[in-house]
Amino acid sequence: MSEQQRPSSAEEFLKGLWRENPVFVAVLGMCPALAVTNSAINGLAMGLATTFVLVSSSILVSLLRNAIPKQVRITAYIVIIATFVTVVDLLLAAFTPTIHKALGAFIALIVVNCLILGRQESFASKNKVGMAIADAAGMSGGFTFALVCIGGIREILGSGSLFGLSLFGEGFEPWVIMILPPGGFFALGFLLLFFNWLTNRRKQKQQANIDYETVGGNLLNDKS
Amino acid sequence: MDHLILIFVSAVLVNNFTLAYFLGLCPFLGVTSRLQTAFRLGLANIFVMIITALCAYVLNEYVLIYAPYLRLISFIIVVASTVQFVEMAIKKLSPELFRALGIFLPLITTNCAILGLALFSTNKGYGLGEGLVYALGAGVGVTLALVLLAAVREETKVLNIPKLVEGTALNLIIAGILSMAFMGFAGLFA
Repeated sequence: MSEQQRPSSAEEFLKGLWRENPVFVAVLGMCPALAVTNSAINGLAMGLATTFVLVSSSILVSLLRNAIPKQVRITAYIVIIATFVTVVDLLLAAFTPTIHKALGAFIALIVVNCLILGRQESFASKNKVGMAIADAAGMSGGFTFALVCIGGIREILGSGSLFGLSLFGEGFEPWVIMILPPGGFFALGFLLLFFNWLTNRRKQKQQANIDYETVGGNLLNDKS
Repeated sequence: MDHLILIFVSAVLVNNFTLAYFLGLCPFLGVTSRLQTAFRLGLANIFVMIITALCAYVLNEYVLIYAPYLRLISFIIVVASTVQFVEMAIKKLSPELFRALGIFLPLITTNCAILGLALFSTNKGYGLGEGLVYALGAGVGVTLALVLLAAVREETKVLNIPKLVEGTALNLIIAGILSMAFMGFAGLFA
C-alpha cells in the first residue's frame, strides 16, 4: 500500500521538468537564468553545468545524510556544492575556453543558486540515493529547459538566429534590446505570464467540470 | 582620485549589479513590496558588501596566492562567518542598528551579489582602496534599484491591474523597464 502512495522515481523526475519547474513555477535560480541567456547555446551550457553540480552534490549529500550533523548541515552542503562548482569551472576552462569566457564569473556563481541548496535541504538530505538522483536530474532538466527557452527567445528576437544558425534573411532587423540586460527581464516576465495563463486555464477547466457535476447531480435529484 | 570616482559611478549606474548583472534578484523581487523595508535591505547590503571587500582583500593577499582553487569555498565561508561575527557584535553594541538591519543579514550573506562582488573585484585586480570604493558603489547601486522597484510597486497596489499579470511577471516587466532606463547611463564615460 505504502509502495503505491510513495511517488516513484520516474514521477520525481517528471515533476521537476514541468509541474514544479524551478524557473517558471517556483521562480528559483533567476540570477543565472537571466544573466547568461543571451543565446540558446550559453543557456544550454549553463544548464548542463548546473545539472552536473546539482546531480553530483545530491548524490554526495544523500550518501552522507546520516553522517552530517544537523547543526552544521547548511555549511556542509555549501562546501560540497562549492567543491563541485570548482570542478566544473576548471573543466570548462580546460576544454571549452570560449564558453567559459562567455559565462565568465557566472559559473562560479552557481554556488549561490538557491535551486541547488534548496534541493539538498528539502530532498537529497531526506531520501535514498536513487530518488535523490531522479529528483536532481528532473529539477536540473527543468532548469536547463527553461534556460534554453529564455536563451532561444532572446537569440531569435535579438540576433535573428538560433544556436548560431541564421533563421531569417538579410532583411531582418534584430531587436538588439533582447540580447541586452532588459531583454532578459522582459523575456522571463512574458514567459511567466504565459505560464500564469496556462495554470489559470487549467484551474478554470477543473472548476467548470466540478460545476457541471454539481449541476448534473442537482438535476438528477430534481427528477427523483 | 578620478580613478576612484570612475569606479564608484560605474558601479552605481553603468554596471548596476541588479539591473545590468542580474545579481541579487531574490531579494530584489522578494522584499520590495514596501519602500521602507527595501531601503533598509539596501543599507544592510552596503554593509555586508564592505565587509566582503575587506575579507576578499585579506584572502587574496595572504591565502589564495598559495591555493587559488580554494577561492570559491574560502570566499563563501569566510564572508558568511565574518558577517555572523559582526552581527553578534552589533547586537551587543547597538541594539537599534541591529533591529533595523539584523533580520536581513543572514538573508544577504549567501546572496549572489555578495559573492559576485568578491569575484568581480578579484578578477579586476582591485587593491584595498579600489575594492572598498567598488563595494560601496555596488551597494549603493543595489539600494537604488531596490528603492526604485519598491516605489513603483507601491504605486501599482492602488492601480487596477489584471489578475493574470499580478505578481512576479509584473515585477519582472517593471524591472526590465528600469533596466532599460539605466542603459541610458552607458554612454556616460564615452
